[in-house]
Amino acid sequence: MRMLPVLIRLAWRYLWRNHRRTIVMLSAISIGAWAMIFMTALTRGMVDQMITDGISVLPGHVQLHNPEYLDDPSITNRVSLTEAELETRYADAGFEAWASRVRVPAVITSERESRGVTLLGIDPIAERDFSFVDYDKVDGRFLESPDDSGVVIGAKLADTLDTEVGKRIVLMSQDPDNEIADRGFRVVGLFHANMETYEDTYAFIGKKTAQKMLRIGDTTTEVVFFGNDYRNVEPTYEKVAAAVDDSMRVSRWTEVDTYLGTMLSVMDGFMLIWVVVIFLALSFGLVNTLVMAVFERVREIGLMLALGMKPASILGQIIIESMMLLAVGLLIGDALAWLTVKPLESGIDISVVAKGMEMFGASSVLYPKLHMDDVILSNVVVLILGFLASLSPAWRASRYEPVEAITKV
Amino acid sequence: MTAVRCVDICKTYRQGDQDIKALDHLSIDIEKGDFVCLMSPSGGGKTTLLNAIGGLDIPDSGEVWVAEQRIDQMSKGQLADLRLANVGFVFQAYNLIPVLTAQENVEFVMQVQGVPAKERRSKSLAILEEVGLRDLEDRRPAEMSGGQQQRVAVARAIVSRPELVLADEPTANLDSRTSDELMELFTELNKNHSTTFVIATHDQRVQRYAKRLVRMRDGRIVDDIEQDAA
Repeated sequence: MRMLPVLIRLAWRYLWRNHRRTIVMLSAISIGAWAMIFMTALTRGMVDQMITDGISVLPGHVQLHNPEYLDDPSITNRVSLTEAELETRYADAGFEAWASRVRVPAVITSERESRGVTLLGIDPIAERDFSFVDYDKVDGRFLESPDDSGVVIGAKLADTLDTEVGKRIVLMSQDPDNEIADRGFRVVGLFHANMETYEDTYAFIGKKTAQKMLRIGDTTTEVVFFGNDYRNVEPTYEKVAAAVDDSMRVSRWTEVDTYLGTMLSVMDGFMLIWVVVIFLALSFGLVNTLVMAVFERVREIGLMLALGMKPASILGQIIIESMMLLAVGLLIGDALAWLTVKPLESGIDISVVAKGMEMFGASSVLYPKLHMDDVILSNVVVLILGFLASLSPAWRASRYEPVEAITKV
Repeated sequence: MTAVRCVDICKTYRQGDQDIKALDHLSIDIEKGDFVCLMSPSGGGKTTLLNAIGGLDIPDSGEVWVAEQRIDQMSKGQLADLRLANVGFVFQAYNLIPVLTAQENVEFVMQVQGVPAKERRSKSLAILEEVGLRDLEDRRPAEMSGGQQQRVAVARAIVSRPELVLADEPTANLDSRTSDELMELFTELNKNHSTTFVIATHDQRVQRYAKRLVRMRDGRIVDDIEQDAA
């Protein structure tokens, strides 16, 4: 440890001895670090958006169902608890939000066309904060209460059905006895979503209206719960599970929407691979810089060994030099990334390619997100790999014979 | 008391197809406080002998003892410790660390030894004063003349008062006045601190300061005489 101050001083001075080479290498590391973090922020933003959108469409963070419902989402597989019983168990459990719904497959028919849709009977007040529909941007109006008699459909579906606000449509599904349950509704609003698929798929009616139409009393088909972090749903899961027995199925969102769940883990792995790939490109420059730095001071290394410095200290000196170079480069790269990502956090319009992106469940506005975890991950990976890359030149430097090194021209 | 003892040491280098005997069954004892001048034509073996005594080069056979320790069987780390604690080096080509100032160069060995900063500073300034470089302490080697650099190298070699100073052609790049000043400094240290000096040189002027002249040829000692130093 007593050698540390002298090694740090030597490493720092040697770093700036050939300042042009150091600046070139610093630029490469900074740009590499910036690219790692910037791309990670874009990807993270895209994934977050996809998951947040995906979760807000249906799954929430945790769901409660009849055990058969996920395999057969029909009205016969309802939650066995009434709304009053759900209220007793979960009203004071401390969730960020929760709501019960009726969700069944249905057919919607206008005077011109018919389409299959997912019918959602909701309490619009309970779902306002987490719904993917912005109630204030609905053409016409959104549902106002659980017993609202109107229907709100997506703008795209309205186009397909050739209908509009004020016109009537018919919704048809099955009741628990497998009899046709249908009813006419007036279209009161057309919603807009980030993705056209959503606009094409969902039809919203009041929860009580749905219960009446489907003749299911005050039961529902699913209950959704929100915690405060979609990445850590265990506390929410445990709270929900603690209040029910085995006759109910409690599922995390990753189980309900396996595509989104897989996407999250694939993206986490992708980010690590991305960081490593960029570093590998950088490492050639780093190793070359260190090899040159060692090569041009063989005599001085020989001198230090002759004066009594141990080979381990020479090894340490070269590694410290490499770590300093990386640390300064990363610091600049981190700052650059912060300066470029922050102004873009309000959103980047990618509507030019949005059609293609929608295939992956991404919206037309990308919101880059600078996560501290990602910055730390990229910095730590670069420092660890940089350490490993510098071992070889450092080891070579420490193995010089002083008498040979000192006479090198 | 013996400061250095070499017993029947041999060292052969291979140059192309030829084996060159740099040291050929050489034995020598150097007492503590001695001032020895090794003289030989080029290739006579004096630098190889200095390197063997300093643990920079290991002989092929024979024994080398420094400060009562046999060094030819030591590991690299042990040799580094021995050099750090007991030996000061002055090389022909100054050999300063270019990224450090004069004072930092002088402090370098003490820093590796773990001498506290305050003590390092006072000792280094005192020794720079002694070698006449008190005003150049903040200069880097590239900003100093050859003579000044050599004096810094000498200051570095003697600042921690090693028992043994090994100097390889220390005056080779100096003018006669600077050479004399340097040798007088060595003589003074030898007298005042009983530091043992072993100097390899061609320089006839340096011989005047030595108490003992050892002439070598083809890796062997051909003449070993005591004399009254200047």
